[in-house]
Amino acid sequence: MKRREFIITGCRASGAALLTSPLILLAQNNARNDSKSRVVIASDAQIQNNKDSADSDRLARLLDKAMQAFGRTDDPLKAWQKIIKPKAVVGLKVNCLSGHGATRRELVEAVCERLRQSGTRAENIIIWDRFNSDLEDGGFKINQSSKGIRCFGNEYLGFADDFEMFGSAASLICNTLSRVCDVVINLPTLKDHGIAGMTMSLKNMFGAIHNPNKYHLNTGNPYVADVFMLPSIRSKVGLTICDALTAQYEGGPSFFPHWRWQFNSLLIGADPVALDYTGWQIIEAERKKRGLHSLKESGREPKYISTAADENHRLGRCDPGQIEQVAI
Amino acid sequence: MPRVPQKNNHPAPVRFNSISGDAGYEFIDACPNAFGSITAAAGPGNNEITRRNFIRCSAGLACTLALSARVLANPDLFPEENQKFIREARYYEKLPNKKIRCQLCPRQCVIDDRERGYCGVRENNSGTYYTLVYARPCSLNVDPIEKKPFFHFYPGAAAFSLATAGCNVNCKFCQNWEISQTRPEDVRSYYLLPEEIAAQARKYSCQAIAYTYSEPTVYYEYMMDCIQAGRKQNIMNAVVTAGYIARDPLVELCKVVDAIKVDLKAFSESYYKDIVNGELKPVLESLVTMRKLDVWTEIVYLVVPTLNDSEKEFKDLSVWIKTNLGTDIPVHFTRFHPQYLLKNLPPTPVQTLELARDIAVSEGLNYVYVGNVPGHPGENTHCPGCNRIVVRRSGFTVEEINIKNGLCQFCKFKIAGKWGI
Repeated sequence: MKRREFIITGCRASGAALLTSPLILLAQNNARNDSKSRVVIASDAQIQNNKDSADSDRLARLLDKAMQAFGRTDDPLKAWQKIIKPKAVVGLKVNCLSGHGATRRELVEAVCERLRQSGTRAENIIIWDRFNSDLEDGGFKINQSSKGIRCFGNEYLGFADDFEMFGSAASLICNTLSRVCDVVINLPTLKDHGIAGMTMSLKNMFGAIHNPNKYHLNTGNPYVADVFMLPSIRSKVGLTICDALTAQYEGGPSFFPHWRWQFNSLLIGADPVALDYTGWQIIEAERKKRGLHSLKESGREPKYISTAADENHRLGRCDPGQIEQVAI
Repeated sequence: MPRVPQKNNHPAPVRFNSISGDAGYEFIDACPNAFGSITAAAGPGNNEITRRNFIRCSAGLACTLALSARVLANPDLFPEENQKFIREARYYEKLPNKKIRCQLCPRQCVIDDRERGYCGVRENNSGTYYTLVYARPCSLNVDPIEKKPFFHFYPGAAAFSLATAGCNVNCKFCQNWEISQTRPEDVRSYYLLPEEIAAQARKYSCQAIAYTYSEPTVYYEYMMDCIQAGRKQNIMNAVVTAGYIARDPLVELCKVVDAIKVDLKAFSESYYKDIVNGELKPVLESLVTMRKLDVWTEIVYLVVPTLNDSEKEFKDLSVWIKTNLGTDIPVHFTRFHPQYLLKNLPPTPVQTLELARDIAVSEGLNYVYVGNVPGHPGENTHCPGCNRIVVRRSGFTVEEINIKNGLCQFCKFKIAGKWGI
């Protein structure tokens, strides 16, 4: 094959791949406003009772409103259809590290319901996290069968054979993300983190690698940003729906009820950096309200967020002037 | 690592699991609980065992151990299948709000509830710190002691060698990263209590148990109990470590261990920071502690092209060793091969190893070796008194020993080491 033919064939192939990517519509959606990243903060003060138990119906309606705002459409299903193609295998990366403070099962169920209504087969939805035991502690039921919505930890499918590398990060990616899922919806929680300052969108991908224990040095900077840059993660993680119904402003990531507060909101966006910046400011505001030192004063400013936005990473925006917050 | 033909002066070794494919021995699976099959080992030193007897013994032992393990671990905290590997860690400090500070190595990780330390094999669960790898070896082999390498410690001895998953550093050239840089759930492991390790070592006529391949510091509790079990059977214990360990656990280890080999990765903090993800100073302090406590110690220095191979570094290293540890500690300058995250560098030129050796010898060190170059004359031990060869080696094979009662047979010069001859 001549050099010219090779280049033309390559361009055609990559163009075709781009057009068929489950994330193409999400990319178009993001490109609508190049100057700003959209972060939707959808709130409902009545969504949970004083025991942090969420009303499933209200939660599903809140999710719909948030997706409509994010997708700029009146129909929530159209919003989903703009983002996820029906034949895509969709991974739902929850965060169950803190046990009782895990991503709400009701929220995950609502996401699954809307995915199914918008054309995704149940068998093509996989709820996953680090370990089966984490998921069970978070209230999820393990399903490793081939029927229905599946749910399992990384130990079920194991990790890729080859390293993915970027900057300071060199990790094996779980096969669930790297080989099975076409697209991943990030479903983190909003909480304080004793080492990294706070954790939400970016750091949730520590649950997709084999060696997260190696990346907690120096408040996670630049490791959190570097891990998100690993090709499989960066290319597949598109939408983030953060469970901030009850958030934690101190003592995290461990679950401490007395340091949690009802924020009664979902944070939705496609820019993980803008989302984390927004979440960070929410935590700082709550800490200030309660007379606590800022994360910077506590020696754990989440610098990895600005690192993720720097010219080496370009994962998103952390300049408040470039973040369009939509409160509904 | 070079492959080495099987020797006749060792019992036929047994291999339970492959680690890095660098062993040259003929290995035999002998652990049915993992692979479901057993092959009788052929060769001197092996006791025949039938499949039925083995399964019967294993089942009985497994039941007993499962019951005892439940007493030691809180069954509510860990997945059922992992409970038998759980023991409370020995060196840590409880902090407020369910945090702990690990005190096993200089890293001193502060760990939140449900999180793990840098090593990946110790977990804080509700404010109590646990090792997850007790009795959970993932690699078992019978190796010649020269493979560790120990050149002044019972030459020709067989070492029952074991490792669990995990490591408290992350060297970019690690040759065993498949086990050292992973969590215990992600590798196939066995369940072997210390008494079983000692029994296996005895069965395969091993004079020593070697804690090696990954980093023994991270399975400290298991190692210490194995050492005690080995001592009861008159089996020696040799540790292969990066020396990145806190003083208190090191002092306890030195009281019971027979020999330690330290991988001194370089003689610069920048190398430790960039390539090892550790620190040099605590390793040097560990070496001094070992020396003060009179533990037989050997040093390996893996020479990596362009990163730690300057003449100045070799000279500074040699001077420091001479000043702080004396001239009798063996130093092995070994050859790097591209591995893991350092595949962009070539193998170390043999001339560089020879240069390092020449510099160390010129600084006054008595026992300096060239390693990972099978057949190189730098593998031999020369008597500092008469300069004749007192131990001739080829690879891991000992071909000739001219030492008697620890003295050179030619000039009666005392050759430093533990010779057993």
